[in-house]
Amino acid sequence: MAAITASISKGCFVFKPSIKKKKRTLDAEDYFINGSDDCENGKQRFLLCQELWEDMKSETESVQDDLNKKVLDSLLEFARKSTSSFMSREEDWASHMRASEIPVAALVLGVNLTDHNMTFQSLSDRLQNSVTPFVVSVQAKECAAVKYLLQKVLQRLTGVSVDKDEEETSTDLPPNSAHCSLRSLCDWYKTVCKNSSGSSPGEKRSSSEMEFSANPPIIVIFRDLEAFSPRVLHAFILICSQYTQQLPLLFIFGIATSLSTVQRMLAHSVTSLLCIKLFQFSSCTKHLATVIDKLVLTPKFPFKPSGKVLQVLVGLFLYHDFSVHNFIKGLQLSLLEHFHDQPLSVLCCKKQEAVVRAQQLNHQEVENIRQLPSFMRFVEQQEPQEQVELLTSDEHVKEVCQKLLKGLHRYHKNFFPILRCLHVLTSSLPKYPLGKQIRELHVTCLEKDVWETEDYESAMQLLKILAKDELLTVLQNCVETLKSGKTKELRDALKHLQDLKDRLQQLDAFTDPSALGGHVEGRENECFSENGLQKKTDLFQLQKTLLQMKECRKTKKRSPFELLRNETIEYIDSLVKMHLTRPESQPLYEVCYCTSSGTLRHHLNATPRTSIQTALAHPYYYLQNEALRSETGAISSAAPDICIVYKLHLECGRLINLYDWLEAYCMVVTAADGEDSDPSEKGKFDEIRRACFIRAVSELEFLGFIKSTKQKTDHVARLTWGGC
Amino acid sequence: MSAPLHPGYADDRVRLLIEKLPCRETQLNTLLALMGEPEQYCYPSIFIYGHRATGKSYVIQTLLRELELPHAVVSCVECVSAGILFEQVLRSFFGSAYSSSNALPRKPSLSDFIRLYRQLCVQFPATQTRYIILDKAELLRDMDANLLPGFLRLQELVEDNVTVILLSEIVWDKFRPNTGCFEPLLLHFPNYSKAELQQILARDTHPAYSPELYSSYINILLGVFYSVCRDLRELRHLAALNFPKFCEPLETGEAKEKDAHKLWRNIEPQLKKAMQTVYLREVSSVQWEEQQSAEGEVAELRGLSSHDHVELPYYSKYLLIAAYLASYNPARTDRRFFLKHHGKIKKTNFLKKHEKTSNHLLGPKPFPLDRLLAIFYSVVDSRVAPTASVFAQISSLVTLQLLSQVSHDDQLDAPKYKCAVSLDFIRAIARTVGFDVVRHLYDFLLRPDRHADRACRRVTTCPLLLILSRRTLSFQMYAGPPLACDSPIPAASRFLRPPDVSEKMQK
Repeated sequence: MAAITASISKGCFVFKPSIKKKKRTLDAEDYFINGSDDCENGKQRFLLCQELWEDMKSETESVQDDLNKKVLDSLLEFARKSTSSFMSREEDWASHMRASEIPVAALVLGVNLTDHNMTFQSLSDRLQNSVTPFVVSVQAKECAAVKYLLQKVLQRLTGVSVDKDEEETSTDLPPNSAHCSLRSLCDWYKTVCKNSSGSSPGEKRSSSEMEFSANPPIIVIFRDLEAFSPRVLHAFILICSQYTQQLPLLFIFGIATSLSTVQRMLAHSVTSLLCIKLFQFSSCTKHLATVIDKLVLTPKFPFKPSGKVLQVLVGLFLYHDFSVHNFIKGLQLSLLEHFHDQPLSVLCCKKQEAVVRAQQLNHQEVENIRQLPSFMRFVEQQEPQEQVELLTSDEHVKEVCQKLLKGLHRYHKNFFPILRCLHVLTSSLPKYPLGKQIRELHVTCLEKDVWETEDYESAMQLLKILAKDELLTVLQNCVETLKSGKTKELRDALKHLQDLKDRLQQLDAFTDPSALGGHVEGRENECFSENGLQKKTDLFQLQKTLLQMKECRKTKKRSPFELLRNETIEYIDSLVKMHLTRPESQPLYEVCYCTSSGTLRHHLNATPRTSIQTALAHPYYYLQNEALRSETGAISSAAPDICIVYKLHLECGRLINLYDWLEAYCMVVTAADGEDSDPSEKGKFDEIRRACFIRAVSELEFLGFIKSTKQKTDHVARLTWGGC
Repeated sequence: MSAPLHPGYADDRVRLLIEKLPCRETQLNTLLALMGEPEQYCYPSIFIYGHRATGKSYVIQTLLRELELPHAVVSCVECVSAGILFEQVLRSFFGSAYSSSNALPRKPSLSDFIRLYRQLCVQFPATQTRYIILDKAELLRDMDANLLPGFLRLQELVEDNVTVILLSEIVWDKFRPNTGCFEPLLLHFPNYSKAELQQILARDTHPAYSPELYSSYINILLGVFYSVCRDLRELRHLAALNFPKFCEPLETGEAKEKDAHKLWRNIEPQLKKAMQTVYLREVSSVQWEEQQSAEGEVAELRGLSSHDHVELPYYSKYLLIAAYLASYNPARTDRRFFLKHHGKIKKTNFLKKHEKTSNHLLGPKPFPLDRLLAIFYSVVDSRVAPTASVFAQISSLVTLQLLSQVSHDDQLDAPKYKCAVSLDFIRAIARTVGFDVVRHLYDFLLRPDRHADRACRRVTTCPLLLILSRRTLSFQMYAGPPLACDSPIPAASRFLRPPDVSEKMQK
């Protein structure tokens, strides 16, 4: 290279990058392979991960379709109806009299703006498939003025690209401005309709065109109504209203907040031109609940997020964005994390496959298994003979591993139905001791053994005082939820519960409830009558009577219903204790559970301020330079200037004297250099140092830690507190 | 034979016109007199003004159509650029000649238009006066500055027999450019009186019923709506919507056409309800009709403004509350509300005079991002890390129009915002997170100088209370035609304090 550039005269030399050297961009698979030592393993995990994600993705899509099907269908119906009313307009007296209004469908979609794109995409697809080929969707940021809005609408409808004013393209096109009026749209529409209703089915849209009615409506979708400027909308609606006789227009407003924004944005003179119908989409919390139900609370997918991970994701959803789309992305990220970081995730797949894979484990992987905490716990519980076997023989580990994997799958199959069962039982209780939503209960169950919590206790207490009809309905619900269970245990449980329910129902037939009630009341009356004698009650006596009453209750013979009720609750309790153990207690749970909630939070919930502070306070964290690895508190002179300046400023008060600061800075820097300062140079600072200092200070100012103040000229004001 | 009504025009035509344009005879005669005979030059520009639906465009258009005079009708709202306007005029005067000959350049100016007009005019000189009608002429003011003056003296500029007629809802005084211009002739179209409205509305009778019945129906309708709405178009619409209900007893045989009282009793509550719902477009016309046909079992239709509930993420709610507090509290009171040991605010002259008036009457004030975040962190009950998503939420609140950005978009340094939600709204939000927003508002705080303060408040709120007591009425007054105001009605209602708060203030 030196040879080429060796030239007598100065000059610039251009080196084109040689093609060979071009870096191949890494795709996801490479990361997987590079990240692990075992190439084969990495590849396998990557494939598994992709496969699993495809399944989950299709599941979420179907969930979304189902959820909004009803609303979308009614919207399509509305669009069709508005067309037919356009056709039959001429003759009727009433329609002649009525002011011509533009039909408007107002879609209230919720504040999760990121999710809207998908909805609108599916909406416009459906409209195009079944109602009309003329669907335009516009966004506020494209339409700063009416001119642009009109341009966009026309462009997308007619498919002709209208060029920007500057560009001169084909000369035979009429001038731009003329092209973009609704009048030209009208002409275009007439010709299109004539063509389609006329003959020549051989044209491009032949087959689909036939399905539409003679005058398919022109649908304009305003994706984000709130962001549109009211003036633009105003003008556009006024213009369109002049053409309602010729064009079957239909607007769709995508509203994120509430319907009243329409009134807030548009004047009465404009809203009186519209005929608004409301379509309310299902709320995002409901959407989330279904997504969790379908993706997480099911044994269908072997991958499971741990309680912490779920908390991070749900917390992000509830506290920050309400976006289901982001939730699903977060889930995808945790899936990737899991398959990337956990080498044993090769076993995270369908049962049969996992068993086969377990058979093919190599020595390294078996060693990995032995290192798993859950497996070590498992080993400790075994007989000494077995322990030795497990620690020495790979083959034996593989066999045990297969058994354990089967056990894990079985555990999941039992876990979720019982979880639902418990939720059904407790969700109707007052104050929701175990959470209103099933996801809360789920997280509790993942974190710890649920029966050890106080909330569970109180829930059981409440269950034990349920009335008969309530108990029957919740039992019925339980039976319904358990019916989907396939394992032997669940079938047994179902049978038992059914049996209990039948017995409860038959109770009516055997005992006369009134007699029973009378009996109990009688006993209680006895208690009371005893007390009733003592007219004057003081505190002591009150206590005594209460104690007596308690005794009275205890000794009281329980009715058959109460006995049965207790039996039922105890049975459910035993079910919970058997099946709802926390996943950590299961050996090999690490295979399926993603536990890296920290990284997830780190990636999803970015904290710019904290990272800046970390960078300034601990430069080693980012720079990874050994010289910077200092003991806490000390200011290393090797650190970048800004770090030194930052650390020094932490020690100051509200106002910082720049000169003192500079002195301190020079002290730190020179101290490290080891030169003892020359007495003659004292007070005079090296110019380079001063420049470094000034630059660091202005960088700090740029980052917003200090600002100049008018109170004192040679001072700056500090803007942040703490962190010293 | 008597003298012709207007020379130059056939008598029967003119009679037909008078027949077609009821209650506008005077205006018609003035116009015809102004126009003179078709071949004669007319005054260069005429400015016609009047409220909505007083028949301005209708009169002019029927007149020119019936008399078969050459004219071009252009609605200025459609003309997003001057080019469209010019083109529409040229097209309707010269038709095919225009498109075949040289077209307007890409961004035509007024002089391009005049040049082309004169060229074409040489080929096709005017035999009769040509009329250019510019509807919604107030929008001309927003276009190029030379457009309006140019059109006013177009006759002079193109040297052709052409007259420009401007139609507007705004008086001429608001048009006059400060550089001066040619003054057009002014012509006012007054509002229709009640009798005139009755006469006009009664003309479109339903074919299946007698004209007398329809006329009595219109009478009832006007009785209810006249105080609120004088817009002919709107009244016609309402008449059409409610007529089936009026005829219901006739069809079922419960009443005859003569039983005026019975019919009135049947329709009156219906019309009253219509005034509160469909007239304000709280309920759309189609929904209204559906409700009528499915009478009885249908539950009450909820109006648009009742859908005021917005679901927000948890921190967004707190951000919004913080924004509201920042917007309506003076910045100096922040210490009082958000510091633990703030002490009492003792000085009576703590606040400047202008701050003593209720901030809710003055509207939201802008605040910088720093203040918003400071209040947010002290209001929110848990420790929140300043993550990127908190900042993202602020911008998403701006897109939702719950906050509005006051400073320019380019200002990244310290953006300023305003809170754009009402007290009702913020109280509903605050209730969901269990935060007492009223206790943190300076306006609702009992200040030490209680008496003076109360007096001051009474003064400021008295007119408001008056309005409140007639809240629904005022609602309609805003909407009614006497004010040609551009502000939407709900916005007007938002200025009013919710009743419960004002009660609190009275105590």
